[in-house]
Amino acid sequence: MISIQNLQAKVEEKDILKGLSLDIKPGEVHAIMGPNGAGKSTLGNVLAGRDGYEVTGGSATLNGKDILDLEAEERAREGLFLAFQYPVEIPGVSNLEFLKASVDAVREHQGKDALDSVKFLKLAREKCKAVNLDQSFLKRGVNEGFSGGEKKRNELMQMMLLEPSLCILDETDSGLDIDALQVVANGVNAMRDPNRSFIVVTHYQRLLDYIVPDYVHVLADGKIVKSGGKELALELEEKGYSWLDTTTGAQ
Amino acid sequence: MSETHTMSNFQQAQLNALAESTQSWLGDLNSAGREAFEQAPWPTRKTEAFKYCSLRTLTDDPRAATAPATTASTDAIRAAADIPHFDGYQLVLVNGQVNTELSDALALEQVTLLSQASTEQQALAKEYLGKSLGKTVAGDLDPSHLFNQLNNASLQDAVLVEIKRNSRLDKPLQLCYLNTEADAGFTVNGRVLVVLETGAELELVEHYASLDGTNDNSGDNSFTNAMTEVVVGDNARLIHYRLQLMHNDAAHIGSVWVNLKRDANYQAFHLALGSQLTRNDIVVHHSVGGSHSDINGVYVPLGKQLVDFHTCIEHAVAHCTSNEIFRGIINDQAKAVFNGRIHIHKDAQKTLAELSNKNLLLTNKAEINTKPELEIYADDVKCAHGATVAQLDDKARFYLQSRGISEDEAQVMLSFGFINELLDAMPDKAIGHWLRPILAKRFGREQSFDEDLVETV
Repeated sequence: MISIQNLQAKVEEKDILKGLSLDIKPGEVHAIMGPNGAGKSTLGNVLAGRDGYEVTGGSATLNGKDILDLEAEERAREGLFLAFQYPVEIPGVSNLEFLKASVDAVREHQGKDALDSVKFLKLAREKCKAVNLDQSFLKRGVNEGFSGGEKKRNELMQMMLLEPSLCILDETDSGLDIDALQVVANGVNAMRDPNRSFIVVTHYQRLLDYIVPDYVHVLADGKIVKSGGKELALELEEKGYSWLDTTTGAQ
Repeated sequence: MSETHTMSNFQQAQLNALAESTQSWLGDLNSAGREAFEQAPWPTRKTEAFKYCSLRTLTDDPRAATAPATTASTDAIRAAADIPHFDGYQLVLVNGQVNTELSDALALEQVTLLSQASTEQQALAKEYLGKSLGKTVAGDLDPSHLFNQLNNASLQDAVLVEIKRNSRLDKPLQLCYLNTEADAGFTVNGRVLVVLETGAELELVEHYASLDGTNDNSGDNSFTNAMTEVVVGDNARLIHYRLQLMHNDAAHIGSVWVNLKRDANYQAFHLALGSQLTRNDIVVHHSVGGSHSDINGVYVPLGKQLVDFHTCIEHAVAHCTSNEIFRGIINDQAKAVFNGRIHIHKDAQKTLAELSNKNLLLTNKAEINTKPELEIYADDVKCAHGATVAQLDDKARFYLQSRGISEDEAQVMLSFGFINELLDAMPDKAIGHWLRPILAKRFGREQSFDEDLVETV
């Protein structure tokens, strides 16, 4: 699905990713945990193609295609989806208009039939319901005045509409209460599919009780310093990130 | 420097073109206007009110020829005046001449032309024309009002709208001024007087546009000098649209004088697409307590266009509220000016006044000069103002791109979103529906944003 080799990136002249490698096969869910400042969010932003995140070395191929030279929108059309930690509010642009433009662009690129307004509306309403958002959210400005949980559910709705092959969830659980977390987790679990992979970036083990990963990686100082099964998350939760210093010798 | 006043060639050409008064009862206004116009110093870059607004378009070509009769077909005129799904009365003028066939509003007792006014209507006009604020408007030689004097000087006819006590016009009224291309640039001095008596209600749409010329979007070489005077009586309500959709080459200088009486409610929406010269001076005078005004506006010049809004909210008395929001998107090498003045007089205690002007520059060469101007002489008021100039939010753009939307498309969506909030706030949905695709096209989009889809939710 995605193969990341020795990825290095800097932000504002500061090296953040220092040789990160990760292979994810179709259908797998990989959790990436790590202390603040380890480069977790940078990874998502670099893969999604955000300006200001400069790749200085390494490669990332999605479904055999090198994505690092593509524009952000091209990566999205190739099937990459980043659920943002802090989704932006865009007053004046209605959520529905935004979703339609997005779905149109992605479907066109993937050679799928365009959805007419009626079909699209039906689909959008369905997904709205699936993430437990009131229909009125479709008419409001993108994320405008949404609560933290509503923003995250809106991200999830977009993910459902776009049906990406690689979903990156960037600290989707931060700031959510358990009810909201369950809604998001149920949505993600419903989307698990042999042809779809997930990178779940989180600071807390709690999310992984609900979205059970196949693998857990620990990111520290721009590299993956430890990998294991889902039990690694529990161990981390119990012993704290400082435990890594003693086991891996990272500074 | 000689002591004698030197007129600009614009003033000379316009004075030469002035017709003799045909309406004797307007003669005094004509001659006073003529004299003041003649004496007025021509605004230059040193004139504060025109510091950023060049009038070279008018000195290069005073556009003083007589307005030609149109050769356009009724169908073409009807199409240009049409607002889809808008159910209202129309009064259509082409090059300043009324098209009677398309002007069903003239059959209303509330709407008349000065040239056809009854004795009572003449009396009303006499009471208010040039004096709608209860004092002479543009009476001094403030250079920003030189064009009002020209309007007074040339005044032969005008549109008079009078809504009687506790009544309302059952449908909105659209005044549509259409101009065409002509061999020589010409002037249309438009004049509108609107008087709402106590408890009256009206929705008024002033619509300025061009009839298609031979050049797409550039044929109209007219100069419109429009002056609108409005009196909103005690507890009366007026919804006022002023929409300027002229072609690029048109020049428009407009003045709006609004007098708000006790508990009057005034909602205005201004749109200037942009043209070679579009200048508007808007004065809203809260003259008796309890009145409220909402004044919103949008300007979107592109190419080398110039749009200038000078607004002035006068809070003369206590217990009035005003809220003003203008937003501009300036593209290419276009230039916009926004000068928003709030003047709170000594007795205007408990005033609530807000003013916001936000601007978006789409290129490095686009220019905005924005200045909120507060003058407060009362001590117990709440007054907030803000002006911002920004470029598109990179975070928002990345968000859209990360969902597969191209950079260009994202720019269009965000630009449109910036003004869409004000369109959404307009009370007349038909006008919003009509303007959205026009504005969408302005930003390079052929269709509007699935508005039907949004409406059905």
